[in-house]
Amino acid sequence: MTAPAFARALDTVTRVRGVRGAMLVSAGDGLVVAEQLMEGIKGAAVAALAGSLANRLGRAMEAAGVGESVFWHLQGSEGALLVVPTASGVLVVAVAEPDVNVGLVRLELLRAAGEVG
Amino acid sequence: MSDDVRALSAQLAQDPQSLVFLRLGELLRQRGLLDAAHRVALNGLERHPHLADGHDLYARILADKRDYERAFDEWDMTLRIAPGHVGALKGLAFLYFKIGDLGQAVSHLEAANRAAPDDAGVAQALAMVRGGDAAGAAQGLEAPVAAEPAVASAGPLDEARVFAGLEGAREGLLLLDASGRVLGGALRDSSDTDVTEPVAAYLAGVSQEAARTAKLLGLGAWTGLAAEGRQGHVHLAQPSPESLLLVVRDRSVPMGRLAIIAQRAAQAAQRWLEGQA
Repeated sequence: MTAPAFARALDTVTRVRGVRGAMLVSAGDGLVVAEQLMEGIKGAAVAALAGSLANRLGRAMEAAGVGESVFWHLQGSEGALLVVPTASGVLVVAVAEPDVNVGLVRLELLRAAGEVG
Repeated sequence: MSDDVRALSAQLAQDPQSLVFLRLGELLRQRGLLDAAHRVALNGLERHPHLADGHDLYARILADKRDYERAFDEWDMTLRIAPGHVGALKGLAFLYFKIGDLGQAVSHLEAANRAAPDDAGVAQALAMVRGGDAAGAAQGLEAPVAAEPAVASAGPLDEARVFAGLEGAREGLLLLDASGRVLGGALRDSSDTDVTEPVAAYLAGVSQEAARTAKLLGLGAWTGLAAEGRQGHVHLAQPSPESLLLVVRDRSVPMGRLAIIAQRAAQAAQRWLEGQA
């Protein structure tokens, strides 16, 4: 997949009202693959933290018998982190306002994940 | 099938819009035919979605089936439609009583007493709860199901009852301390294996990582972590800064509903933690 294709995949995520930025992260090492972030958001930090949290959460979910993660959502008082893992080991990540339409972001993340593969 | 059930069924078949479904559903419930009662109530509610008595009937059936979470929702809905509905006030009092929240139980009984001062059952339950006679109160509430002996105590919740009265309390709710040690609840996977301890161990790390992520990304204090899995959903919350709550359900439970279940479980856990302090 080319860089413009990655950008297109993220584009529809960032168009959702309340999304501050979206990025593709390598789940294994927490490195940025592609990003579209608002100014002030540190992409490298988002990637590393999302990757680490995804790994820990994945282990807990496997142990609980609910299988692989399809979508997860960390809600904070001042913002939210929403993530869809792909089959290829890439995480599609969105950073959003606290009152964002989670259902809509989830759909766009799943669609982007389908494009990334 | 008894004659009265047959007669009411025939009446309903003749006029599906009729409110006779209320009598038929209640009759089936009283006879313990809960699946049939459930179908009748749901069909009736499809035709009369804003009928308070319909929601009250459905709640009583759910309570009989020990689906207390949904019974709560239905009685809550009943009160939204008809704020002074005595059946719903009594039902909610019963549920609050079951989880040990005597303040809320009394408050709902008082409201029921104001709405129906001649209802001897309400007056009796109120007097008993105020007087600390839990067993008598359960009787007076005319609870849809017999009060379990462990729930009849009016004292503070003990460890085994952190989530008493909540849906899936014995197998889908887990309360941990900050170090991943189990405070209450239990988890079983789809093969019925107890996975409480390994999940608890992994979750301590998740909690710390969630807090770190929220802080470093400027998301404020984290209030919840919800995740969809291929076989089920999980929701994590922090009832207190030193504890972590996990709710696990299969995929049939939507994420939004899971968040509500988690919120109620967190409130129960908070009360329990305060009782331990």
